[in-house]
Amino acid sequence: MTRTTMKGLLLASSILGSAGLAQAQDATLTIESWRNDDLAIWQEKLIPAFEAKNPGIKVVFAPSAPTEYNAALNAKLDAGSAGDLITCRPFDASLELYNKKHLADLTGLPGMENFSDVAKSAWTTDDGKATFCVPMASVIHGFIYNKDAFDQLGLSVPTTEEEFFAVLEKIKADGNYIPMAMGTKDLWEAATMGYQNIGPNYWKGEEGRLALLKGEQKLTDEPWVEPFRVLAKWKDYLGDGFEAQTYPDSQNLFTLGRAAIYPAGSWEISGFNTQAEFKMGAFPPPVKKAGDTCYISDHNDIGIGLNAKSKNADAAKTFLTWVASPEFADIYANALPGFFSLNSTAVKMSDPLAQEFVSWREKCKPTIRSTYQILSRGTPNLENETWVMSANVINGTDTPEAAAKKLQDGLDSWFKPVK
Amino acid sequence: MNPREITTDVTEIKRPRRWHILVFLLPALVVYTAVMILPLFETLRQSFYNTVDGQLTFVGLGNFKVLFGDPRWAADFWNALKNNFVFFLIHMAVQNPIGIALAAMLSVPKLRFGAFYRTAIFLPTLLSFVIVGFIWKLILSPIWGVAPYLLDTVGLRSLFGPWLGKPDTALIAVSLISVWQYIGIPMMLIYAALLNIPDEVTEAAELDGVTGWSQFWKIKLPLILPAIGIVSILTFVGNFNAFDLIYTVQGALAGPDKSTDILGTLLYRTFFGFQLQLGDRSMGATIAAIMFLIILAGVALYLFGIQRRMRRYQF
Repeated sequence: MTRTTMKGLLLASSILGSAGLAQAQDATLTIESWRNDDLAIWQEKLIPAFEAKNPGIKVVFAPSAPTEYNAALNAKLDAGSAGDLITCRPFDASLELYNKKHLADLTGLPGMENFSDVAKSAWTTDDGKATFCVPMASVIHGFIYNKDAFDQLGLSVPTTEEEFFAVLEKIKADGNYIPMAMGTKDLWEAATMGYQNIGPNYWKGEEGRLALLKGEQKLTDEPWVEPFRVLAKWKDYLGDGFEAQTYPDSQNLFTLGRAAIYPAGSWEISGFNTQAEFKMGAFPPPVKKAGDTCYISDHNDIGIGLNAKSKNADAAKTFLTWVASPEFADIYANALPGFFSLNSTAVKMSDPLAQEFVSWREKCKPTIRSTYQILSRGTPNLENETWVMSANVINGTDTPEAAAKKLQDGLDSWFKPVK
Repeated sequence: MNPREITTDVTEIKRPRRWHILVFLLPALVVYTAVMILPLFETLRQSFYNTVDGQLTFVGLGNFKVLFGDPRWAADFWNALKNNFVFFLIHMAVQNPIGIALAAMLSVPKLRFGAFYRTAIFLPTLLSFVIVGFIWKLILSPIWGVAPYLLDTVGLRSLFGPWLGKPDTALIAVSLISVWQYIGIPMMLIYAALLNIPDEVTEAAELDGVTGWSQFWKIKLPLILPAIGIVSILTFVGNFNAFDLIYTVQGALAGPDKSTDILGTLLYRTFFGFQLQLGDRSMGATIAAIMFLIILAGVALYLFGIQRRMRRYQF
């Protein structure tokens, strides 16, 4: 009895084993990503579209939580257990991976010619010689507002700082809505949706950012302190207990129609479209005085690269070439309104909110987040410090001047201006 | 045969080597060495190395000099250490006395539903810290939370604040969440110690007229002191290794303004990196080494300073 079972088991395992072998001829590519929100879009739209054209290559999208991604990815890469394709954070985080030879050089990849140098800047070495990730998308900062609430209160979209605070004051006086949905508990909202959102108008976008890199300006200079001062004034217009309000809390407050204005990044669009039951509009960060040039943060956010140790490098390159194609750009930008394609071929988007955001590219000067390139290479890390300080300024823990000084002191301790 | 003869007999027989002890110990020893002792020594070793010009180089105490000498590293470290002590003191001042009180109440023979209370109070300890962190974040949320609502129903809404978001209250709030979660452990250990006290002792005390509170203070408390000692040292080790709850409730930056940053979160940020900050293995290992030394010192102090002087009673 036992012997026959044994034989049966052996037989079954040999058959199953060979079945496994037969399947292994297909290359399976695993994508590491922090975009767990995009799981459905990859599984339902992007991967089927690719697999239909490339039989024999299977793609698995395996995301992890955004805040854990960098640490988890680094550990996996060191251990040699990371997936074939690596979703790239912009700038130094990915550059470091390339320097450690975890990411392959993709400079000669067919399809790379579809991207401008600016688009590739986030994933190119300092000397501009090697590009190691295919740019996928950028995100634009601005404010999303509840159109119904604005109509009800007879408000018009603010274009200057003064009008912006007048609008907030009116919403507050009315009392039906929380003027602005933002919290400081998660820290990064204050920095990303606050400081980096309104800041470019004060430090004049790329002009200020490059001056900072060259050491011609300091974070304690007026253009960099003023956004903090404006941010400190936001405090009065945030919801009750904003100190303990988390990022999902802010999102929900806005989509439930309890708040009128949401300091946003364009990545919110698809989520808000499905959840909000009112009409939404968007406006760019208000300028200081009417007629000033406007600047927006149009930040290279996502790229995708090849794990240098991938066993399926050829299949992975086929996939990356497809990612660089206008076809991918079209599916991606429309499936994820708010993630704007970096492909030189213009993509037609159907979402009105996304169209509004992308239209600012024509009238405003784009820049990237000030802390991302080079400035976050040392310890203390300027980006993380900016999170803490922006929250401190809004909470009133630190004055704008003190916060700016702490940031500059931290930067001075390791940063040598780029000549 | 009288007993003395037996003992002399036994010592005269040459004992066979008891190989089975070694065999039984071996699996645990191998596993423990592989997953605990080796990594520990590897971490300690790494704290003496750092990357210089892309090469891992022996730098002696260089990393420690940076940690204590560089004003920014030192500020972060002392801030984390201070917060960690506050975290520990709140546990000692709140968790353990309440644990003892709960155990004392549970051991009252006339208590009804004792088993139910015991299970209910111990239950949070079994919950995952992720769940505990999430539940409490919701309870304390100023927007959807139950806490402001409940305070409102008794007219005390003004007492509520966004505790987790304010630098001066966040650490206390997180510590109390941790107390809530782990209160079952001191309760169980001390409850077991109380049950171990023989009835003869308490009866004798009653005959001598020592009853009620004075019986607890004069008879029972001295008898459970060893258990309290064990609880304290477990709390110490647990608190100085803590990380998970702070990470789930306050995030890796342990905000606001690093007011809830303890050694565990500082180690995590340094070793693994966070957001744009890249991991720094050497400095991480240095912090880990210091944590190890702190815990070692605490445990040694307890073992040699307190445990040895503690009086034990045999019944």
